[in-house]
This record gives sequence, C-alpha cells and structure tokens, in this order.
Amino acid sequence: MSKKQIVILGGGTGGTMAANRLRRRFDPDEAEIHVVDRDDRHVYQPGLLFVPFGLAHVDEIVRPRRRQLHKGVVFHESEVEEVWTERDEVLLDDGTVLPYDVLVVATGVRLQPEETEGMTAAGWNERVFTFYNLEGAEALHGALERFDGGRLVVNLVDMPIKCPVAPLEFAFLADWHLRERGIRNRTELVYATPLDGAFTKPIASEQLGSLLAEKEIELVTEFNAGEVDGIGGKLSSYDGRELDFELLVTVPLHGGAPYVERSPGLGDALGFVPTDRRTLQTPVKPNVFALGDATDLPTSKAGSVTHFEAEVLTENVARYLADKELDAGYDGHANCFIETGFHKALLIDFNYETEPLPGHFPTVFGLPLLRESRLNHLGKLAFQWVYWHALLPGREIPGIGPTMPSTGKKRVPVHT
Amino acid sequence: MTMTLIADAPVDVDAEGFMTDPEQWNEQIAQAIAAENGITELADRHWLVVKFMRERYLTTGTAPSIRSLGKESGVPVKELYQLFPKGPAKLAAKIGGIPKPKGCI
Repeated sequence: MSKKQIVILGGGTGGTMAANRLRRRFDPDEAEIHVVDRDDRHVYQPGLLFVPFGLAHVDEIVRPRRRQLHKGVVFHESEVEEVWTERDEVLLDDGTVLPYDVLVVATGVRLQPEETEGMTAAGWNERVFTFYNLEGAEALHGALERFDGGRLVVNLVDMPIKCPVAPLEFAFLADWHLRERGIRNRTELVYATPLDGAFTKPIASEQLGSLLAEKEIELVTEFNAGEVDGIGGKLSSYDGRELDFELLVTVPLHGGAPYVERSPGLGDALGFVPTDRRTLQTPVKPNVFALGDATDLPTSKAGSVTHFEAEVLTENVARYLADKELDAGYDGHANCFIETGFHKALLIDFNYETEPLPGHFPTVFGLPLLRESRLNHLGKLAFQWVYWHALLPGREIPGIGPTMPSTGKKRVPVHT
Repeated sequence: MTMTLIADAPVDVDAEGFMTDPEQWNEQIAQAIAAENGITELADRHWLVVKFMRERYLTTGTAPSIRSLGKESGVPVKELYQLFPKGPAKLAAKIGGIPKPKGCI
C-alpha cells in the first residue's frame, strides 16, 4: 500500500500507547505516525494523589513526552486549533496542517474549575484546591503541611471525572495523614458526592459501605455543588445546603479539549467525543477513532481503561487501513487500585456488564478483589514502573489482556 | 430485582423502585412514578427533561449528569431543582424509566 499518514492528537497515556503500538505494527515505509501535544510533560497521573501528602514529588512523576515515543514517531509540540473531518486534515496552533488517513483522538479531559461559580475567585489555591493537576497537587501539599485542624471537605462536583475513586482515596489518605500528625481528633473530615453513596454498585456498597464510618469520615450524599465562597469557607449546593470548610479539596468539572468544541461534529456539548463502545471508531467519520478520557464511553475515565482500549484501537486502525471489518472486541474492561491508607489498598476489576466483584485478580491465585490488603498497596506502588516501562512502550503484560477475566471472581448474592 | 405493577402495567424494578428495563416504560407509568414522588402533575417542562434523559440513556448507555441536563436539555440547573426538588438527575431518571445514575464502584 502507499504510505499512510496516522495522526494522533494527545501524547498522554492513550496517545503514547497507540503511537508505540502502531509504530511496531507498521513498517516505516507503510505508515508515518505523528503525535501532537501542547507540551512536553508526560505526567504519571496516578502519582498526583500522593503529592499532597509528601509521598511523591512532582519531579518523580513527570517525564518528557518525546522520550516515551518509539523511534520513528514524529512529535509536534503545539495546541490543536481545529480538526477538519471533511478534508481529513488537522490545523495546529503553529499553522502546520497535518493531512491524515486515520485520526486518533486521545487528548483526554481538561479541568474546568471556572465553570463552578466562585471556585476560581479569591481563595483558589489558598483554601480551595484540586490535586488533579501538578500545580494544584503541589499547592495542596503546602496547605496540608500548614493545616492545623478544622473542617476538611473533599468534594467532586459532578460526574464524569477522571479516576472516579481518587477523591475517595484522597479522603482515606487524609485520614491516615492527619492521624500520623496527631491532629485527626481536631479535624472533621467530610466527603461530599453528587451520587447517593460513596459506593453505588450493590456488591461494592455491601462489602465496603462501612469503610467511611470506620475511618470517621462524614458522608454527604446527593450534594450538587453550585457555588464556592473561598474567603468565607462555604460550599453551597443547588438545593440550598451549605458545607463550611477550612480547606476544600475539590475535583472540578471536566470537559474535553477546547479544539473538540471548535471542530464541527467531533464532540458532544461537554467536549467529549462520541465513540463506538466496542470498536472505538467515531460516528463523525469512519477514519476517526478515539480512546481514553476523551471519549464519551460509559466506563471509567482511567489509565487501565485506556490501556485495554489501546489494544483494540491498534487492531482496528490496521483493519480500517486494510479495508477489513473492525473488531468489536472492547468490553469496557477497567481495573484499579484504591488506596485506603495505612499501607493498604483495594483492587477492583469490572466491565460494561459486570460490576466490581470479590475474589482474586487475574485468576484465583492473584491479588484480592474488593478487600483491603497490603499486597494491593504494593501493587499500586509497583505500577508506576510498569507504566513507564511496559504500558507506554506497548508491551504485553503477561496474564492481563483487554478482556475482563472471570476466573477468580465470585458471584455473590446481594442482600437488600 | 422484583416485578411490580405501576399504572396497571407489570414492570421490573430495583430495590429503590428504578425500572431496570426502559422498554417497559410508558407515559402513564411516568405519571404514576411522579405522583408517588411528590410531583402531582407532570408539566411540559418536566416532560422535556424526562424525555431528554431517556433519549440520552438509550443512545449512549449513560444517564446525563445535572450539568449535561442544564447545558443540553434547555432547562437551566436552578429550574431543574424547582421541577424535581429531591434531586433532578435521580428523580428524572426514575420517572423516565431508566436505571439509577451510578458511579463505577
């Protein structure tokens, strides 16, 4: 075939894995692969959770994007201005026009704290923080060191968010951190969620429902934050409830990358890209694919999801270019560790159809699911090495494939 | 999951009364669920939200969040709370015959 142009927007988890897998799949004279990102900082995002507690430093979790890409992948450091799907071209902010045979959208999400009234007004990064980016996580580290008790409110404004369990993990780690410092008895720790529980799936809720009470974390449910007063220390919901705080740790609203909204037909009203949940092709045009947090798929926005998607995506880009039928192989598989403090963690594994179940992963001899253990915590710590050295380069991880494993899982009845 | 009768029609519901099969829904069922949850009459604005929720769920597999509702249904968030005082996303889902909005765990 003639030399194909594959353009990948975003050099994060999804874009890097897709580029490296596609680079291995095609000979240099078969395809040219371009990756576009606005900066050269690849953040190991699971590490952000640890920064506020001094358990990780910013420079340990950032590496150059360029260096994660295989030889033969062309990197463009620029914002994307617009995608012209009718012409199969991308316009970059620096004026470059990249024509493509296949486009892969992997630009993740952007945080939109300004969409909540008052959030970025006075008090932002003084009493109101997010740990969802480097700057915020580092500022929160300083604030936690100065924190001397009072009310600490952890709030996620609305779904969808990246790594939906991270705010809960933050609350668990804050509990541990404050106990170690001996100021837990003069701190009220509050977890406020728009959902109707900290855990909303029946089996997880039954197995883990008591965790917050055990850790003396006050749970506020169905709380849709509408306004923040960072000077007065008040978080208000649309239905008129108020939560006072000394320190607010928020997970702001999420939307897609700005160019998605500027590109006709590419995204929905929040800037996420409608994507086929099985093939990862988008309805805008057959040569446009998407993966990772940028999609509108009804599964978690998480690195593990992106990893499992990358395998199906690579296969389907190749099939599309070879004029073959696409593989409807992605099952919504997601997998994540949940830090619970005191050197322990939980592990959950699920897909579109199967909720998180107890048992072991990936087989009966594996890590315990839906249960606190030290092994899971070690797994989470070890994962950073796996991320840089196996996941991003696109190597297979033995025993862990895109499809959710069922052996090892226990189907338990739910008691209602 | 249990079978129950709403507006004389047999429907499958979860423990909290959310329908688990959107295909079993009809407008009489919607009225009956609304009445049971303190909304005596579904007005045009209620229907707008309920039908938007349903359509979104049936096409994407997820119920829209409060923010998407506010941005896309044509009904601003403050009004959503007037229409569905106990929590618009959850109540409109219930009335619309779609499963309860959930997190991943």
